[in-house]
Amino acid sequence: MDAPLIELSGIMKSFGPVSVLKGVDLRAYPGKVTALVGDNGAGKSTLIKGLAGVQPYDGGVVKFDGKPVALHSPREAARLGIEVVYQDLALCDNLDIVQNMFLGREETEFGTFDEGRMEKDASDTLRSLSVRTVKSVRQKVSSLSGGQRQTVAIARAVLKNARLVILDEPTAALGVAQTEQVLHLVSRLAEQGVAVILISHNLADVFEVADHIDVLYLGQMVAHLDASETTRDDVVGYITGAKVQQEATA
Amino acid sequence: MSTQKTPSTTGPAPDTSVHDVELIGSGQEGTIGDQARAYVQRLQHGDMGALPAVAGLVVLTILFSFLSPFFLTERNFANLLTQAATLVMLGMALVFVLLLGEIDLSAGVTSGMTMALFIVLVNVHAVPWILALVIAFAAGILTGTFIGFFVARVGIPSFVVTLGLFLGYQGLTLLIIGSGGLYRVQIPEIRDIQNSNMPVWAGWAMLGVILLISAGMSFWDRARRTRAGVPNRTISLVWIKLGVIAVIGGAAVAVLSRNRGQSVGVVEGVPIVVPIVLVILWIGTFVLDRTRFGRYLYAIGGNAEAARRSGVKVMLIRWTAFIVCSTLAVVSGLFSISKVGSVDAAAGREIVLSGVAAAVVGGVSLFGGRGRLLHAAIGALVIAVITNGLGLLNLGAGVNLMVTGGVLILAATVDAVSRVRSGGSLMRT
Ligand SMILES: Nc1ncnc2c1ncn2[C@@H]1O[C@H](COP(=O)(O)OP(=O)(O)OP(=O)(O)O)[C@@H](O)[C@H]1O
Ligand SMILES: [Mg+2]
Repeated sequence: MDAPLIELSGIMKSFGPVSVLKGVDLRAYPGKVTALVGDNGAGKSTLIKGLAGVQPYDGGVVKFDGKPVALHSPREAARLGIEVVYQDLALCDNLDIVQNMFLGREETEFGTFDEGRMEKDASDTLRSLSVRTVKSVRQKVSSLSGGQRQTVAIARAVLKNARLVILDEPTAALGVAQTEQVLHLVSRLAEQGVAVILISHNLADVFEVADHIDVLYLGQMVAHLDASETTRDDVVGYITGAKVQQEATA
Repeated sequence: MSTQKTPSTTGPAPDTSVHDVELIGSGQEGTIGDQARAYVQRLQHGDMGALPAVAGLVVLTILFSFLSPFFLTERNFANLLTQAATLVMLGMALVFVLLLGEIDLSAGVTSGMTMALFIVLVNVHAVPWILALVIAFAAGILTGTFIGFFVARVGIPSFVVTLGLFLGYQGLTLLIIGSGGLYRVQIPEIRDIQNSNMPVWAGWAMLGVILLISAGMSFWDRARRTRAGVPNRTISLVWIKLGVIAVIGGAAVAVLSRNRGQSVGVVEGVPIVVPIVLVILWIGTFVLDRTRFGRYLYAIGGNAEAARRSGVKVMLIRWTAFIVCSTLAVVSGLFSISKVGSVDAAAGREIVLSGVAAAVVGGVSLFGGRGRLLHAAIGALVIAVITNGLGLLNLGAGVNLMVTGGVLILAATVDAVSRVRSGGSLMRT
């Protein structure tokens, strides 16, 4: 197997007295989709917020391209090419699609915005994702539907040649057709060599696109599975804590 | 490049309705009619901007011109502009914090306190006025730094911090001036801001420069868009915009260029305060529309957490916004003492709510994330027209305060309703 793009080991995170991540290991590989599953409150979102630099870990080692890195701010994560599509989307309603996609990394010329270039890149990215439902890239995000917002959030993540894209329950709020579209998008990203981490409660979705399945149970990684060699029932067993994988617990 | 298609050449039967265009648009395509329809649609989504304020301005002007024969005179027009200047400045200052969804209740007393400091330094301690002015601005910057520290760094609601400062600075002003004290402003340069006019030719030159800059910016933007390969709005919109500036600006300069002196002396030309306000308006708008700082103010006002996750240094931007607000409040104080001609211990105490009112009346949202400097300026003009008109009708301060208060509540209602509307449109689509 290839070398992992990102490798987490012994990750710890507590909120006050509550220990949410208790020494978690995780790997993601270029061109592969790694699904991260686990029950509500297992610590999935907390794990990826640390990777995004928005909520740094208390302990543990993060290796990117084999080298240890510090992720203390969103900028550091973005510099490495780590992009996150959050569960709550995190878009600014009062800004338009282009402004949201470029927020925090605007194209400037003499210190002022190069709107034309940003608009071009934004539409190109949306087009490369085969997005057809958006009428204009200058629409305010407040006027978009849930699925369209999801699309914008994903497009934002892939705008700048991301190397690791993390999606936190991207299909939770979507209808059948749009779920299919997002999953297709996830596969497309992996085909382009991007390492993808997909968080989902929908095991059908997971089995459709994932290469690896990692199960988080109460802040501990209880299983690293190959999607082709496991079954839905096994995964459910690990999620609910009914099964424990011996060699996976570090 | 070769993959670019236009909607009209794809598909067997080109559909004229915008909804079925296959490629993603940019909102720039189409004729003037399309653009106008898109604008109406935005209005229906609650994105009304300064439209209600402009309508109010027109209605009030018509109303007062019928009620008072003096309202539409050259003299009153010039008077109106200089009366409004203080409020326009304060309203623009407040936009920077209102965009964040914050408020600065101390902006008025900041202008008062810094002016008290200024005048006492000059009149009592014989400090050169330029140096005193620098010190006054430094005090303004310090004030903003102080507020910003407690709001952005410590995390106290801006309402509380600035309310505290509102009280504290009234006390400080009292200490600086002494109770019952009143200092005359005798510095000619300061008096000139509101009481002298530019030569007539300079007024026209100013309008010419404004038109040139507007045209220059428009064509620069278009050239950049063309270079990037994205469509431009139809060029007639540029001409319409320039035409509107030329007509309104031309009318204003023409009126101000006529002699409005009452007796022997000739009084004519655009008041000096006008170009000062316009320059600040232009720079501020440039910063808000075209730089990171401006964009991040809007982003934080819209969704602070999203901004933070996008790598925006939220605390720093917040902090800076308060500094900008307090600094511009000093300018507003300068306009005020130039007009009034004196400083007393109550300086700046009453104006701050009018400043907030000006911004909100003009279409700046109290909830953050929406509004422009021009909106605050137009809102300030609305309030100035009310004050001026009611004054001409000999209706006292009581009526004025009540009407202004009513207008503020009305504007805040429009703000709240349009917010619900734009939220509602989310569910409809
Ligand atoms: N900022 C916080 N302060 C305190 N506790 C927190 C905070 N964020 C998360 N938690 C707690 O950490 C635990 C894990 O939360 P997390 O959001 O990571 O779960 P999750 O696996 O993403 O769940 P879901 O599937 O519901 O999204 C929960 O018990 C949650 O209450
Ligand atoms: Mg979660």
